[in-house]
Amino acid sequence: MPVIHDSFTLDRSFPHSRERVFAALADPALKERWYADETMEPQGSEMDFRVGGIERQRYVLREGSPFPGLALENEGRYEDIVEGEHVVVSTSMAFGGRRISTSLLTFELSDEDGGCALRFTHQAVFYEGADGPEMRRGGWETMLDALARSLAS
Amino acid sequence: MLAMLAQGPATVSALSEPLGVTVTAVGQHLRVLEHARLAASQKRGRTRYCSLRPDGLRELERWAQQCRTEWEARLDRLGAALDELDPPAS
Repeated sequence: MPVIHDSFTLDRSFPHSRERVFAALADPALKERWYADETMEPQGSEMDFRVGGIERQRYVLREGSPFPGLALENEGRYEDIVEGEHVVVSTSMAFGGRRISTSLLTFELSDEDGGCALRFTHQAVFYEGADGPEMRRGGWETMLDALARSLAS
Repeated sequence: MLAMLAQGPATVSALSEPLGVTVTAVGQHLRVLEHARLAASQKRGRTRYCSLRPDGLRELERWAQQCRTEWEARLDRLGAALDELDPPAS
């Protein structure tokens, strides 16, 4: 079964202190405010923010998302934490009960004029067969709908 | 044409009739779709068969792209959550 690898880096600047940005990564109540989007209904999470600690999030996709009713589960481990500097997490994602990817997430913080810079690096392997036939069909329908809308506009 | 191919593989002439276009026009569309890696075609004898390309790798590329888009949105939400906690001085 083939797999693919993908890496990307995102840079963001926030007009907030490094302590505050670090807290948004480290504090479960703060992290909850931004981690999931409105299509994902939280079904419980745990977060043991220390090196070797485990984090888990479980969501069910809501109506209006491409795959309503499907469960999305993340299970990760904090690999390294340096207060105010960086957080490294290894994490695997399951979608509809199938494992779809394993990722290494690196959050690096640095000072910059008027705030804090965040560099986020995502390195992942995606597993073939992850989507399954129903999701594949759903994906195609979503894509064809989007295509039809873009052509109609 | 993509919607028709989503039903299953078809020959060029089977596509041209319901679409009301010439076989040549279908061939031109097909080249565009193949170039975009959305469709594939194969010639058997004198007949060309077209199909969607829902192969594993294409799907995986889609997942990878989806993941990137999701993280961009997530970091935007992080910025918004920070602004909400500590409104930036304006």
